[in-house]
Amino acid sequence: MRLPILASLTLCLSTPAFAAPTLADWQQTLDAARGQTVYWNAWGGDQRTNAFIEWVNSQTEQLYGVKVEQVKLTDTAEAVTRVISEKAAGETEQGSVDLIWINGPNFLAMKEQGLLHGPFVADLPNAKFLDLSATSPASVDFTTPVDGMESPWRLAKFVFSYDSARVSDLPETMAGFTDWAAAHPGRLTHPNPANFIGATFLKQALIELAPDAAALQLPVTDASFATQTAPLWAWYDALRPNLWRGGEAFPENESVQQQMLNDGEVDIAMAFDPASTAAAIAQGSLPETARVFTPKAGSIGNISFVAIPFNAAHKAGAQVVANFLLDPATQAHMQDITVLGSFSVLDPAKLDVPAQATFDALPTAPALPTLDSLGPTLLEPHASWMTKLTEAWAKRYTR
Amino acid sequence: MTLILQALTITPTAGTPLFAPLTLTIRPDTVTTLMGPSGVGKSTLLDAIGGHLAPGFRLSGQILLNGRDVTHLPAESRRIGLMFQDAALFPHLSVGDNLAFALPPSLKGRPARRAAVEDALTRAGLAGFYARDPATLSGGQRARAALMRTLLTRPEALLLDEPFARLDATLRADLRGFTFAHARAQSIPVLLVTHDEADALAANGPVIAL
Amino acid sequence: MTWRAQTQPSRPAPHGRILRRAVLWVVLLGLVLPILAGSFETLRAAFGLHPGIGATRFGLAPWQSLAALPGFVTALRLTLFTGIGSAVLALLLATGFCALMHGRVSTRQGDHMLTPILAVPHAAIAIGLAFLIAPSGWIARLIAPLAGWTIPPEIASVNDSYGLALLLGLIVKELPFLLLVILAALSQLPVNQQLSAGRALGYGRGIVWIKVIMPQVWPLIRLPVLVVQAYALSVVDMAVILGPSNPPTLAVAVTRWFANPDVQMILPASAGAVLIALLTLAATLLWLLAERVVRAIGLWWLRRGGRGLSMQPGLLLTAGLAAAALALGLLSLLALLIWSVTHRWSFPHPLPESWSWQTWHAASWAEAASYSLLLGCTTTLIATTLAIAWLEAEDRSASPRAGWATALIYLPLLLPQIAFLYGLNLLFLRIGLSGGLVAVIWGHSLFVFPYVMIALSDPWRALDPALIRSAASLGAGPNRRLFAVKLPVLLAPILTAAAIGFAVSIAQYLPTLFLGAGRIATLTTEAVTLSSSADRRIVGTYASLQAALPFAAYALALALPRLIFRNRRALLGGHA
Repeated sequence: MRLPILASLTLCLSTPAFAAPTLADWQQTLDAARGQTVYWNAWGGDQRTNAFIEWVNSQTEQLYGVKVEQVKLTDTAEAVTRVISEKAAGETEQGSVDLIWINGPNFLAMKEQGLLHGPFVADLPNAKFLDLSATSPASVDFTTPVDGMESPWRLAKFVFSYDSARVSDLPETMAGFTDWAAAHPGRLTHPNPANFIGATFLKQALIELAPDAAALQLPVTDASFATQTAPLWAWYDALRPNLWRGGEAFPENESVQQQMLNDGEVDIAMAFDPASTAAAIAQGSLPETARVFTPKAGSIGNISFVAIPFNAAHKAGAQVVANFLLDPATQAHMQDITVLGSFSVLDPAKLDVPAQATFDALPTAPALPTLDSLGPTLLEPHASWMTKLTEAWAKRYTR
Repeated sequence: MTLILQALTITPTAGTPLFAPLTLTIRPDTVTTLMGPSGVGKSTLLDAIGGHLAPGFRLSGQILLNGRDVTHLPAESRRIGLMFQDAALFPHLSVGDNLAFALPPSLKGRPARRAAVEDALTRAGLAGFYARDPATLSGGQRARAALMRTLLTRPEALLLDEPFARLDATLRADLRGFTFAHARAQSIPVLLVTHDEADALAANGPVIAL
Repeated sequence: MTWRAQTQPSRPAPHGRILRRAVLWVVLLGLVLPILAGSFETLRAAFGLHPGIGATRFGLAPWQSLAALPGFVTALRLTLFTGIGSAVLALLLATGFCALMHGRVSTRQGDHMLTPILAVPHAAIAIGLAFLIAPSGWIARLIAPLAGWTIPPEIASVNDSYGLALLLGLIVKELPFLLLVILAALSQLPVNQQLSAGRALGYGRGIVWIKVIMPQVWPLIRLPVLVVQAYALSVVDMAVILGPSNPPTLAVAVTRWFANPDVQMILPASAGAVLIALLTLAATLLWLLAERVVRAIGLWWLRRGGRGLSMQPGLLLTAGLAAAALALGLLSLLALLIWSVTHRWSFPHPLPESWSWQTWHAASWAEAASYSLLLGCTTTLIATTLAIAWLEAEDRSASPRAGWATALIYLPLLLPQIAFLYGLNLLFLRIGLSGGLVAVIWGHSLFVFPYVMIALSDPWRALDPALIRSAASLGAGPNRRLFAVKLPVLLAPILTAAAIGFAVSIAQYLPTLFLGAGRIATLTTEAVTLSSSADRRIVGTYASLQAALPFAAYALALALPRLIFRNRRALLGGHA
């Protein structure tokens, strides 16, 4: 009995990630998944995302007999810690985390410590709609090669939002934010850089201000960090005194900041989701006159992934969910402004005509930008930059 | 039926005995009265005989009831009835259910038990009071209900801890007569603790000063 | 053993000792052991021993990295200021309020007035209060038309870097609890006679309180005050919502470090957790020391015989502040309720511009509510049964509670949760319990049991012993006495204790989070998580529900005995 298992294991490991999965394999996964409940650990701070995950649950339960239960996190790192404690306690098979909404440093940490299951992406039937060429956004996460260890599900692009009824003289560059803040003291803030969006605000500025932006694509060193961030700190030191509460306090995350925009406590909010402003208007949590803008030179974009921990109790179910997320119908539903409004991660060139038509037929809204109007997409720096940037910011500005 | 106390003393854990060793024989058909100033330990003695001695006291000597040594038996096995000043009717039960609580389990069948309670209520002048809330009874009614409750268990001895103290003079005389009559009817030994000379006089039995 | 033959306590019921021993073992194994083992795991990690993450070098390194973390000193200062400050002020306000209001409201009326705020979990109050006092909050919206504000004023009234908002939140939440324990203590003292005696001697009302009443009250409320103190030093949910963010208080920082993607942070986080435990210990000693100092000074002051008539304005001030704090608590709840049915409510409108039932229709709260209910009911049942067993065992073995037993019961409340929850989770992981309902039920019971014990002990002991003696002399054995007499007569206080236990379970945040592996999402964990999403309408829905469940439990605890004993006047008077 032992030999064939070993043989198939070797076979699995030696199968190139891009080999097309056979239908039979997938059928096995589907069979194994039936009846499983997938615990999807996902940041729970966005009600639309939570509602979307509930919708996924209803769909996968109906289609595949797989239930999805969202474990709402305040921070993705909570799930990472949970897997680590489980590993520490010797729990290698019945782990409590089946699927994680992940990217960037958390992905890097889990990949480096061997905490992930996979590669599995190429085995998903719907992976054929993805552009998986080596340099495509779906293959590189913060410059870290994905290697099939996480599967894309939504596209993110960094945007600012504002109330057009109150503000008209918007900064056109990140450098311009200093003058804008000086002209409007106390009306600008950003989430605490310990938060993903807060860190992204700093990265957005870093990409524009760094003497050599290409250096950001390599793992950070002390020397490169010192050189590349020097202009950033000068910029920030000039900006900070004019921030909300003198730059002594920061909103916890972008949702809090959006509420501050709604309350009129600040004039600018930021998000990693171009559709969030339009959706917030529809839900009554931003004024009708709220709009979106990006710096002229473009803004950071990345893809959000789902990954499966090495010890997940329901790996088959998790793969079925990951595959369902890549279904063109799912992606179109997700891009619907009334649902989530997140841009699709699929390669338009790989979609057939009916699928393309579904996307074209989606409703629009005055505050919903087109992807083109948001300017170029800037690449995320290597994940190590974000960690170091956050730490350095904390050291410099936390008393 | 006889209740015998043999060289009984009660000592607080830290202290001297409350009274000199007490030896006493209480015969059936008589009411023996125990008198003495407050704080001398009369109630504690009754507690000890009934099996309710609070922690913090030690007991030496013997308590014999009809030849049984009950000194170390738990209260519920002694068959010694106890009546308090304030009747201590169970507040959550109706008057009738208070009495039913006391009926021995050997009396079987709902109609028979009900009849026994109704009969006792009638004898206590409380006919038709089965469903009444004990809190709505007068002091005299409560005391009579409590006595009937005690007697329904067919005790082999009865201890009375100033049961008439809270009643006014006329009611007091009535109730005294009622209590002694019922106790004598069952021909059991009765030990009465009181402050009141009139109680002792009415008891018409031996009087012991503690 | 020979002396027993002659002199023997008269009620040495052997089954009493067996029950007592059984209950003690359940408490030791079920409550104390997990806490000690959890603390031990945390302590080991604090000194560099955590083999799971490859840390095997014993030493002070975690403490050094803790001290080197950005903002550590500020976080420490914030923790001490908000923790000790709120406990002292809450006690001061509660004393002033009781001094003024005692005799004007009965203990029962007091209970009824205080229960709404008492029943509401900390997180809910915090969320409501945050909206109330924010620069764009309700109070600012009411002032805005008068002040001519079109945009919110730039005042740091929540999440301020001094921690004042957190201080206020803690006072608002702890004040009702302290009021309740003081009122309960007062009901055991002949306050009115002493007050009249004192005033007849020419002392002012306030000064009689300080010189005569409080010295007698203090021993009765010392433990609850220390519980409040321990809680305030280690609170996480309230501090996340109201406290400063950069840096936050130590407890929040420690919770975040535990959840850092860099696992090595677990070591300094553990050191931080141990530090919070040490701070709690130090604060406890400080209170005990202060007690002695105050007693010494007090005696000197007492003997001087000052009549202190000038104290009256101070008394009025503290009572006024206490009333204001209570009003803030009630307004916070109202704000939550309004937000839950709001569609759009922007600054500076004093009331919502458009209303909607949308968040109530979205069924997502139903699951969290059912988890909360399930956990609340199960843990309450376990804790109440255990408490009754403990008290009955005390009765049957006829021995009063020893000091160490009291300490045992209070242990989970006097030790900061964060100091042992992480270690406890490691332990549960090892035995395969983590992430399940059992682990969370267990975790909740650790905190529910002490509160049920505290609530039930006094009424249990106050039961008229004549009833029990009568039952025994009527031939009822210990079990019949328990089930046919004690439990029914004590139904009202038992249900009240259970309702308190239920409320405690509903409010649990950290134990649910740590031991449930995030899978057990209750109203409280959802409300705290969602409070970071800042959609006040949804948070309002969750927090309203979070407040409504314990409230319903209290209402039931009041109504049930009245219904069952509607024809039993002696049991309708309520309990002390």
